[in-house]
Amino acid sequence: MSTKLNNYLTILTAMGLLAVIANGCKPKNVSSATSGDGAEKAYVAPGKYDEFYNFVSGGFSGQMSVYGLPSGRLFRVIPVFSVDPEKGYGYSEESKPMLNTSHGFVPWDDLHHIALSETDGIHDGRWAFANGNNTPRIARVDLKTFRTAEIIEIPNSAGNHSSPFITENSEYVIAGTRFSVPMGSNTDVPISTYKQNFKGTVSFISVDKNNGAMSIAFQVLLPGVNFDLARAGKGKSHGWMFFSCYNSERANTLLEVNSSQKDKDFIMAVNWKKAEEYLAQGKGQKQTVAYAHNVYNEKTHSATSTIERTVTVLDPKDCPDMVYLMPCPKSPHGCDTDPTGEYIVGSGKLAAVIPVFSFTKFQKAIADKTFDGDYEGLPVLKYDAVLHGEVKKPGLGPLHTEFDANGNAYTSFFVSSEVVKWRISDLQVLDRVPTYYSVGHLCVPGGPTKKPWGKYMIAYNKITKDRYLPTGPELTQSAQLFDISGDKMKLILDFPTIGEPHYAEAIPADLISKNSTKIYKIEENENPYAAKGEKEAKVERKGNEVHVYMTSIRSHFVPDNIEGVKLGDVVYFHVTNLEQDWDVPHGFAVKGANNAELLIMPGETQTLAWKPDRTGVFPMYCTDFCSALHQEMQGYIRVSPASANVPLTFSTNKAPESAK
Amino acid sequence: MKKISTTSRILMAFASLAIIAAYFFPVWRIDLFAPQYPEGLVMKIWLNKLTGDVDVINGLNHYIGMKKISVEMFPELTFLVYLVAGFIAFGLAVSITGSSKLLLGYLLTSALGGVIAMYDFYQWGYDYGHNLDPTAPIKVPDMGYQPPLLGHKKLLNFDAYSMPDVGGYIVIGAVVIAFAIWVYEYRKSK
Repeated sequence: MSTKLNNYLTILTAMGLLAVIANGCKPKNVSSATSGDGAEKAYVAPGKYDEFYNFVSGGFSGQMSVYGLPSGRLFRVIPVFSVDPEKGYGYSEESKPMLNTSHGFVPWDDLHHIALSETDGIHDGRWAFANGNNTPRIARVDLKTFRTAEIIEIPNSAGNHSSPFITENSEYVIAGTRFSVPMGSNTDVPISTYKQNFKGTVSFISVDKNNGAMSIAFQVLLPGVNFDLARAGKGKSHGWMFFSCYNSERANTLLEVNSSQKDKDFIMAVNWKKAEEYLAQGKGQKQTVAYAHNVYNEKTHSATSTIERTVTVLDPKDCPDMVYLMPCPKSPHGCDTDPTGEYIVGSGKLAAVIPVFSFTKFQKAIADKTFDGDYEGLPVLKYDAVLHGEVKKPGLGPLHTEFDANGNAYTSFFVSSEVVKWRISDLQVLDRVPTYYSVGHLCVPGGPTKKPWGKYMIAYNKITKDRYLPTGPELTQSAQLFDISGDKMKLILDFPTIGEPHYAEAIPADLISKNSTKIYKIEENENPYAAKGEKEAKVERKGNEVHVYMTSIRSHFVPDNIEGVKLGDVVYFHVTNLEQDWDVPHGFAVKGANNAELLIMPGETQTLAWKPDRTGVFPMYCTDFCSALHQEMQGYIRVSPASANVPLTFSTNKAPESAK
Repeated sequence: MKKISTTSRILMAFASLAIIAAYFFPVWRIDLFAPQYPEGLVMKIWLNKLTGDVDVINGLNHYIGMKKISVEMFPELTFLVYLVAGFIAFGLAVSITGSSKLLLGYLLTSALGGVIAMYDFYQWGYDYGHNLDPTAPIKVPDMGYQPPLLGHKKLLNFDAYSMPDVGGYIVIGAVVIAFAIWVYEYRKSK
């Protein structure tokens, strides 16, 4: 045999062998990854309640969704940063101010993270906070009503990603700027002057412990890096806030390369108790800025927007011992504190290990001044001096870590698309499960608190590919529920989610369900346009504004026949739902409105502004199937030419009468 | 017959005074359950007022043309407080005098009062359930909506239950005690 033929045979054999190996290495059928009793564990029988509420960020939908666990059933989408025509949010006159900013009305944002309020480091079920990424904002959702109660804009910020992570008594929610930006009076500078002119800030927004009202307590002025995520210390580390920072290279272009050059970036620790002292000593600089503060009043059923003008800034140069940096490998993303508050887990997106820092060692290193120089004037602690240890070879692309009550951590790996369970004490990997696919955030009920409720872990994935029936180029986003009550994590359910889920929190249902609002009391309605009974229904003209004080109750409007509106008028339908019975909203819509519907809860008043564009008779009707005679719940409004003499009249079931 | 025993007189006083509770608790209740109202709706009737989900019940009942329930609909609620006060005074009089004749009179009055009250309640229920608005959206031929006098009745999609409430049970209890006293005294005198 010639050498040539011999070579061919060798190659053929090798290829054959490769084919066999490749076949053997083909991924297992995905269904084999689900355990046999998964369906039973995730099954909540019809009419039965779920064990947990799961508050899930809607990502680029700008909303927050509420699911039940373990069923994965969707209960509600709470409009937060984006308009929601279904609920009239951002369309009704009462709700429009909620979306006001220093840039005017901004009807959309990108909601990434949820923080549930805590008392003594344990969920108290009062509020859910969420960040708006694009036009920096923080929202507070009232968990009695499942409605957005307050939104505050963050000045000196751009890309509010490192937010709203809460402290253990809900003293603060925080807002770290993802983008560093030029600040001060002249922000019109060349982008290439990044290193000279661009700065970062982290803002501490205080939360009133009685009513949840937010206020920017202070901002800390920082070098121009990117702040990514954060967690409050708890227990022994209460009083500190930890932030992951990347782009310590301070690149302003092609960050995927230019901000990935250094071996280590930082976990930044801010001592906010110390900051409070400096603030009390008057070390803060008052800066003139402009930011919107929007509050929804449950009595008037209306939002007000106020532009606030000052913010107090603390510069670490004037405030020693307030800010320290811990080196953390390769562009850290997640920065998570364990339930004891002793360990801080940094997740370098590009790192091959997971570093775990020790708060005790961190304090000792500060006391011993074990520094490794400084970064832009901020003291950098020695990596080895603050390190508890590293989880070796955990997976590829660690992102986020959640905790159970038994000293275990669960870290998501985006690149290797898996969740790894490891023990904090000895940093040993205990178990790993695949996710489908490319997991981002994780959620263990109570995972970020001092008291994890445990039992389940949910993975929020970025890619679903073949997991669901295809729906064109855009596929559903998804969550995967794992049972973590045993030693091994078991996949028990996939469920689709709205928008793109980022962080989520879960809380035992009875902490919230027992306080849920059923109706608004009509006698407490302080909306100036409320008609608290059919006798108060009326139509009034004020110049070219026509105000309709309308009532709705099963199954009619008062008034339901309106005449005398003229082209050029703006008609305000102030609709009061007179029902005082749970789960009986009424809707309202009028033909041709360049607007949305109203959805009015029992006892509430909401207003739709309508500018008719032509003459004629326009129908209006109830959009929420309220009763057996819902389809009869309708009326007409007549629009006449501007020059017409049609008198303004209104009625229901009687001869028209003259309006005032 | 001679006078009743001291124990009976004390018991009688106790029973009469217990009726004072009827001023602080509803005496009757009507509960309504439907597929859409698994938690139920309730109307509670007091000596001088109505409480509970009266507005919601009115809202629902307008579909079948029933009148709006209100305090004005029940003139009885303007004088029941005095009637009950008189009844308590009567009971105390039995206790103070110890007259067994008066006790018998008390029992007969109670029985008569009970019958009249139920008749009156029936009359209201009949009118409320049959005297319907002819323009009502929902008309079911030959259907009356008279609430049950006592116990359960199915009214379209609603299961209606009519029964005494705390105040009512106390009044009934007081009368039962009075009756027991009379039986005891009667047998003793034989």
